[in-house]
Amino acid sequence: MNKLIASIKEALRLAGIRDGMTLSFHHHLRNGDHVINMTVAALREMGIKDINLSASSLFQVHAPIIDAFEDETITSVESDYIGGDVGRAISMGRLKKKAVFRSHGHRPADIENGKMHIDIAIIAAPSSDASGNCTGKYGKSACGSLGYAMPDARCADRVIVVTDHLVSYPLPDFSIPETQVDYVVQVDSIGDPAGIVSSTTKITRDPVGLRIAAYAAQSILHSGLLKDGFSFQTGAGGASLAAAMYLKDIMLKQNIHGSFCMGGITGYLVDMLNAGCFEQLMDVQCFDLKAVESIRTNPRHREVSATHYAAPGPRGCIADHLDAVILGATEVDLNFNVNVHTDSQGVIMGGSGGHSDVAAGAKLAIIVAPLTRARLPLIVNRVNCISTPGSTVDLLVTQYGLAVNPSKTELKERLKAARLPVCSLEELKAKAEEMSGIPAPIFKGEKVVADVLYRDGGLMDQIHGVF
Amino acid sequence: MHIEKTAAAGTLESSDCLVTVEPSASEIKLEIESVVLSQYGEEIRGTVLETLKSLHVQAASVHVQDKGALNCVIAARVEAAVLRAQGEGGQE
Amino acid sequence: MIRTLSFLPGNTPNMLINGETLGADALILDLEDAVSPAEKDTARILVRNYLRTQRIRKTFLIVRINATDTAYWRDDLAIILPEKPDAVLPTKVSGRQMLDTLTAEMSRVEQDAGLERPTPLLPLIETAMGVENAIEIASYSDRIMGLALGGEDLTADLHCKRTKEGQEIFYARTRLVCAARAAGVNVFDTPFTDVDDMEGLEKDAQFAKALGFSGKLVISPRHIDTVNAVFSPTEEEIEYARLILACIRDAKAQGKGVVSLRGKMIDAPIVARARQVVEDARQIFGEEEDTDE
Repeated sequence: MNKLIASIKEALRLAGIRDGMTLSFHHHLRNGDHVINMTVAALREMGIKDINLSASSLFQVHAPIIDAFEDETITSVESDYIGGDVGRAISMGRLKKKAVFRSHGHRPADIENGKMHIDIAIIAAPSSDASGNCTGKYGKSACGSLGYAMPDARCADRVIVVTDHLVSYPLPDFSIPETQVDYVVQVDSIGDPAGIVSSTTKITRDPVGLRIAAYAAQSILHSGLLKDGFSFQTGAGGASLAAAMYLKDIMLKQNIHGSFCMGGITGYLVDMLNAGCFEQLMDVQCFDLKAVESIRTNPRHREVSATHYAAPGPRGCIADHLDAVILGATEVDLNFNVNVHTDSQGVIMGGSGGHSDVAAGAKLAIIVAPLTRARLPLIVNRVNCISTPGSTVDLLVTQYGLAVNPSKTELKERLKAARLPVCSLEELKAKAEEMSGIPAPIFKGEKVVADVLYRDGGLMDQIHGVF
Repeated sequence: MHIEKTAAAGTLESSDCLVTVEPSASEIKLEIESVVLSQYGEEIRGTVLETLKSLHVQAASVHVQDKGALNCVIAARVEAAVLRAQGEGGQE
Repeated sequence: MIRTLSFLPGNTPNMLINGETLGADALILDLEDAVSPAEKDTARILVRNYLRTQRIRKTFLIVRINATDTAYWRDDLAIILPEKPDAVLPTKVSGRQMLDTLTAEMSRVEQDAGLERPTPLLPLIETAMGVENAIEIASYSDRIMGLALGGEDLTADLHCKRTKEGQEIFYARTRLVCAARAAGVNVFDTPFTDVDDMEGLEKDAQFAKALGFSGKLVISPRHIDTVNAVFSPTEEEIEYARLILACIRDAKAQGKGVVSLRGKMIDAPIVARARQVVEDARQIFGEEEDTDE
């Protein structure tokens, strides 16, 4: 059976594309991805309308799809993270229907239980054979893990693999098997390697970021969780990664052997694996070349699906096994609710990703953020958008002090006993406002432009337009 | 103090601001660009005007490009720009 | 108690406003090397305004002024002193003559500003002449709160290479410690200049502590925690010091003359040292460390 098709347009036609369908994409090619733009261009040429675009994340590179909002090729978007101009366009009301935000765990859960039906999934594959056995580990556009594409491939009615590196059958080390693939399209380039993975991920040298990171690592040390079998996840942001660096020093000095590290994997976590800090890396997405090299060569560096990573449900997921996670925030409110969806002007600039999943799953969820950013206080009365509920957040770490969720009395006592600067959220807020002054409220439009769903399916919050 | 020539002080780095003052015939003309204009526009305006007043500047065209500077930083940059606008060796 | 003195560039708002969170016991707001000649005017106004916002201070704030052979130092003093910095750090201090010039100007500014207390001085010793005159400088007047060593400029003056091992500044280090202790003031070691070598930093700080230094200058915020740790008593030391003080109390209560702990005689110097450790711990870790004596 020949699955090799000449163009994306032809593959879409064979897959039965028509108005109103849901098309899905994954984001391993991050800000280097060409496949979403190529597919949307094909849809516009074909005159298809009213598409529901379901992408695990959207970035600045996807700005060309805004034109497809205007001509109603795309009228709705479901995603876990919407950055750059695409987020801004939605906040400006340029998408016909409300956008829907899920988390990285909720999306695969809804795909697998049928609540989010995918008509056609498009898999950007850095390496594939003509039958659709494909992987992200090899090829000029190598991205490492294809974890977010797995539920889509498994559950969509039709699956199209788009690759720029076709190899002879069978591709041995495949991530998605041919049994899930209908068509394979070879193109010149699926993405720009410079935008896909960083050559290196650099740890911040900003002294404030390092101070916060040191406090976060100390908090984990004194939480009582840091012992043999410890499991950990951290973001790729400056302070989060620096915290991992401090944690590595502590673990090596005290000879602590952790169990696994989940992520979003960077070279620093690979170093921790190789130094003996952890037994396994569980990888749903690689962030840099070192991580890609490691997942290709080290059997202890495992590729896992988005479902396995974080989908809530009775069967459980990796997120539920985490001891400690370090996460970022644009705003935190007096109930410990965290916003990672909108910027300080209320404009969409991101999304939960796995934020709310791992906060709920981990025993210790730490938020790291500077007390002010360009004068703006981190802590507000009510966040502009609740991305992660405060009930799942245990600790906020800023350079001025640590605020423990009042429900975590034991943690508070432990951190105080360790002489860490524990204080209340109210005290931190007052400190920031003493320096910066109290910010005037921002403009919030009438119209709701996005629903934010929690991982249990419930409506967590709504994002208003800024027009 | 009289603004004799165009002068600037500060930078466009985060938490700083670049203040440019120019001679003006009769009044204070103030233009503010800021990353936090909606939250702190009024505070910034107040700080600039107060600083000019304390320096007895009655006529100037002032342009502020703000990157989230605190009031004490804004005031410092305004004062430095005004002193630099005093001509040769014109401090104080 | 000052273990770490961290340099911050005087014209960088982002560093200044977060300075107090970096963990250093003292900050040195730098108007000298970290500020280009074209920005001396803006830097001193910024530092002045920063000091004004820091009326309630957790951190000891020192301002490094420009050298007395430049056109800047008088303006530095005129603008900075009225804001009552905790100390002024003059550079390349060589001896009495220079301090006469400096303190005369300071007194004039302080009088004009109606200040009651003379601003303390922490002279930076970074010339061969300064090292040789260490005792003269340390005992110059009540303004002198301590001596600080600047190894980089010193080695240039000595016509030798600055090395990580620091053999070339050994004499200067011991001479400064001896002079400062003789005069009853603190003494702070030269900064460790390799920002990324944390092991080297720890070794260097430990050596300085062993020689008798009170603390150390740091040029990178990343060095602060390590140097603080080296110059702080350890949990074991605090515990042992408390045990000694408790023994002494018990012995007094029982009217015993000779006291021993774990088979070791406890004499007056040991008790004095234990008191110092407990007091240091109280200052570093806060009031809850206070013992009941």
